[in-house]
Amino acid sequence: MLQLLDAWLKGAVLEIQEYVRLQSAAIRGMFSRPFYFHDVVEQFDQIGIGSLTVVLLTGFFTGAVLALQTGITLDQFGARPFVGRLISASMVKELGPVLTGLMLAGRIGSGIAAELGSMVVTDQINALRALGTDPIRKLVVPRVLAGLFMAPVLTVISSTVGIIGGWLIAVFQLRVASSVYWTSVIDGLYLDDAWMGIIKPFCLGYVIVTIGCHVGLRTKGGTQGVGRATTNAVVASSVAVIAVDFFVTRLLITLLY
Amino acid sequence: MGVETSGTATLARPDTQDQPVVVVDNVSLAFDDKVVLKDVSFTLLPGHTKVILGASGSGKSTILKLILGLWKPDGGAITVNGHRVDRMNELELMQMRADVGMVFQEGALFDSLTVAENVGFKLYEETDMPGEQIEARVQEVLGFVGLAEFIGRMPSELSGGQRRRVAIARAIAAKPRILLYDEATTGLDPITAISVDEEMIKLRDLESVSSIIVTHQLRDAFFVATHEAGRRQDGYDIVPADAQKCDEAEFIMLKEGLISFEGNAAELRASTDPYLKSFLS
Repeated sequence: MLQLLDAWLKGAVLEIQEYVRLQSAAIRGMFSRPFYFHDVVEQFDQIGIGSLTVVLLTGFFTGAVLALQTGITLDQFGARPFVGRLISASMVKELGPVLTGLMLAGRIGSGIAAELGSMVVTDQINALRALGTDPIRKLVVPRVLAGLFMAPVLTVISSTVGIIGGWLIAVFQLRVASSVYWTSVIDGLYLDDAWMGIIKPFCLGYVIVTIGCHVGLRTKGGTQGVGRATTNAVVASSVAVIAVDFFVTRLLITLLY
Repeated sequence: MGVETSGTATLARPDTQDQPVVVVDNVSLAFDDKVVLKDVSFTLLPGHTKVILGASGSGKSTILKLILGLWKPDGGAITVNGHRVDRMNELELMQMRADVGMVFQEGALFDSLTVAENVGFKLYEETDMPGEQIEARVQEVLGFVGLAEFIGRMPSELSGGQRRRVAIARAIAAKPRILLYDEATTGLDPITAISVDEEMIKLRDLESVSSIIVTHQLRDAFFVATHEAGRRQDGYDIVPADAQKCDEAEFIMLKEGLISFEGNAAELRASTDPYLKSFLS
């Protein structure tokens, strides 16, 4: 029993050590040569444009269902006209960042882990190194940059589409006047909320991509290992999204409000 | 092969032809309790061939990964072109690898890139050579391995033997002076394996490339060790080598992490060691 615990603890410490090493190498790679600009552009396209559809759909239906649900509750207090305020605050501060993060964890985290994992098990990573190319600079840095900068963009899009989804339900289902809805949306938002809605996805994008890269590059055991790595990446990055969201929210509330 | 690579920082190469290009000196490696290599020592002279034989799991491929700096040994010293590989940081390793090429088991081609992009990868990514020169070099090396017409194909569209030959073309595109072959003919049919063997011989004899060949395919190992390539007006000839040339190819037998035999092809065949005899039979 003690031996098992010892092995588990050693394994956990090793994983953390390797994760920190990967991050420091990636950060170093962002600010030194060689810099693979072409790969960065490619990853911005794959992670940003490639995730647009799923983020648009998620944002739209989340805003719409939020309007439906809160409309009923607000009716009990005669506060139906305030539905816009509730939707804008919820989408911008919390649901937009978290749901976009979860969607990216599913789509990007798994994709990165599977791609890098299969490169590991087929010796392509070793081949890269043998050809004099640093896999961190060539594969990890472009993905981390794309995750860092595209997650906030996607989150803003998701939150906007969510508010539009809420507007459609408010106007056509709840019979709230369009002008009342939009006035309420603007009344419910403060500059600090917008900061929160932009800062959080930076952190979430970074965490999702670095976990995907770390798990992918530590893949062992052939195609089964790639499958395991993909599952682990999705589970770990999804949990990390929720946990990081909590801690960053806590920090931002202290700093901004 | 007259195109010079440019833009990649490289470590200085030794001046004299007699100095070994690779020195493995008392190298040991263990993973937890499992000893993989124990006090392994050998040298590789310029233009010579070292064939490492051994059963699966005997540490053959590990030696190549240590020489290339992909792994670090627990003890001992590894020197490539006079520089200590085991003490290098990642940046120095990248520079050292400019003069070392490796052909991996199964080829390890980048499956999302075409044959041309695979072969020219190092030149495109790590040098500032102009695009037209890279394309010319890619065509040249693909012609050298007899695959010029496959330049636009994806690796998945190639046969096993073609993939190995593309891997050889990729390894030699930047004109390294040392080539490491990791089971380059394993899993290939005899005719295709001979064509890969001939590429190794051509590189050694026509391009003066020093090579370390890891294999358990004895037929291929003996073929490379006992044949040589000579230029003809319209190409090249692969013919049986004379005794002096045969001596330039040395065999090493690894057994449980230790070197159990070192010598040329004739000495290996004449050995009375029961393990070697069972391996050769």
